[in-house]
Amino acid sequence: MSVSASDPDPARNGALLEVEDLTKHFPIRKGILFDRQVGEVKAVDGVSFSIREGRTLGLVGESGSGKSTTGYCVIQLMKPTSGSVRFQGQELTELDREDLRRMRREMQIVFQDPYSSLDPRMTVGNIVSEPLEVHGIGTRRSRRETVRRLLEVVGFNPNYTNRYPHEFSGGQRQRIGIARALALNPKLIVCDEPVSALDVSIQAQILNLLKDLQRDFGLTYLFISHDLAVVRTMSDDIAVMNQGKLVEVGSAEDVYLRPKDEYTRALFTAVPVPDPRRQRERKAERARLRIDRFAGI
Amino acid sequence: MALLEVRDLQTHFFMREGVVRAVDGVTFSLEKGKTLGLVGESGCGKSVTALSIMGLIPKPPARIVGGSVRFEGRDLAKLKERELEDIRGKEIAMIFQDPMTSLNPTIKISTQITEVLRRHLDMSKEQARRRAIELLEEVRIPNAAERLNDYPHRFSGGMRQRVMIASALACKPKLLIADEPTTALDVTIQAGILDLLDELRREYEMAMIIITHDMGVVAETADNIAVMYAGQIVEYAPALDLFERPEHPYTEALLAALPQLEAEDAREGRLTAIPGLPPSLIDPPDGCRFAPRCPYAGEDDPCAENPQELREVRTGHLVRSAHPASERARVKVEA
Repeated sequence: MSVSASDPDPARNGALLEVEDLTKHFPIRKGILFDRQVGEVKAVDGVSFSIREGRTLGLVGESGSGKSTTGYCVIQLMKPTSGSVRFQGQELTELDREDLRRMRREMQIVFQDPYSSLDPRMTVGNIVSEPLEVHGIGTRRSRRETVRRLLEVVGFNPNYTNRYPHEFSGGQRQRIGIARALALNPKLIVCDEPVSALDVSIQAQILNLLKDLQRDFGLTYLFISHDLAVVRTMSDDIAVMNQGKLVEVGSAEDVYLRPKDEYTRALFTAVPVPDPRRQRERKAERARLRIDRFAGI
Repeated sequence: MALLEVRDLQTHFFMREGVVRAVDGVTFSLEKGKTLGLVGESGCGKSVTALSIMGLIPKPPARIVGGSVRFEGRDLAKLKERELEDIRGKEIAMIFQDPMTSLNPTIKISTQITEVLRRHLDMSKEQARRRAIELLEEVRIPNAAERLNDYPHRFSGGMRQRVMIASALACKPKLLIADEPTTALDVTIQAGILDLLDELRREYEMAMIIITHDMGVVAETADNIAVMYAGQIVEYAPALDLFERPEHPYTEALLAALPQLEAEDAREGRLTAIPGLPPSLIDPPDGCRFAPRCPYAGEDDPCAENPQELREVRTGHLVRSAHPASERARVKVEA
């Protein structure tokens, strides 16, 4: 089966990724001797969205809303319970292992915690070149060159390829994670809370880097975060999740300035902004909206 | 007289690798009933400051090597452990970021609240129990009387923080130190906790120190704000003045680095990142600790060699920098 970039489905309207009615249910099991299923958690429950090439969709929600699970299902790190995920028009949920492996070159992920997502026993150079080796790309020498180039691109000193992750700060580690994600020249990168573990001054460096890479390489991002201010600076479109469901999706402008859904409005109003005068107004608005209705007890 | 007066506090950790100057020049004062926001990035020393005030730093390796912590005139840094125990929990209480690790998971919450009451207020078992129910009602825990017999894991994160607050308030402290009280919580739950703290602070006429990395949280809660960098207070000002006319180059940079929720052209713009990293606290720069990253410290600038003192640039606005914004503006006008 070919996984070429030619468009088998002109109806997709420039969308690189189309997700339709995606669900992911986890069984709840009980019993020690006789294991039985007593229910299920609908972590993702009928989610649909699409992302056009070169754009960013910000996926926001609170903890347990299902946003990360959605991200994992999109790149098939988790098998969805049902629904469809089409990448360049190709249905991913039906691919066999070999085709999926090839397809993965096009889709990468950057994780939240650069402390636990990099193998501490591998050198920086090996971490970044591993995807190339797995996919049998290049020779040992050419890979070494590629790794240096990738590290330069993400603003990491390429002379440090023989060092280990623990020798670097959180921001530097996240650069390593991004270089690794870029190694296979992917089209889509799922960014799963990529700056949540970082301090604001470092966070700004990484967000700028992600913006630059998108511009330079035409990347498409699914940007998952609980931080609404971060999502606003990154996203063209926004999807809001609550309890496994998409409650609102639209252009960033529309969703931030004219939220339609009650939960979206409550969520945005709950965020304190760094401006005491403005925050006084927002606090009053918060009381008016009675946002505590949405705070799970 | 201020309720709390911290002067040039220095708490160092004596490690095998060297002396870590975690807190190395913290000065601020807090009036009765007011809220101070203590902000800064990880490792800047804000939590160690709080623990030093409470007398809860791990000794060894840590030791308060200089300065004073005057609470109602008494220097807490000089008190014996026994004397501190009478103040801690009674006059000054503290809540932490993660209520799952600060509540004992093997003890019912009733015990965790009543033990404070019995230790400090000599209440009988029954009195303490009744007061504990009242406290849980005050922090809006539904069915307080029944929930009293639950273990901490039976509560959600937000509810656990409410339990923590209830036990901190048990003895009506004059000062509550809240160390990242909402960092582990979702924003909708955070809003509820911040509202609750504000209400209780009024009701109990309690002063509060909110320690956080979130500039939005201090913008909402604080009367005064102290910004920490590399173990020192680098700026101290009334909240409004700090946000509207920040003086320290670090504060300016920190505010510029924040993504803005309400900025309409946010998608197109870039954020202003601060180059480099904070200095090592084992071997900090001789002069201004921000000098290596400061856009206004020129080459061979004397500020990189000479330690900077906190000084008042206008009423109530203190800054530890050779290049505060208002002075830079003046130099520009003269030039």
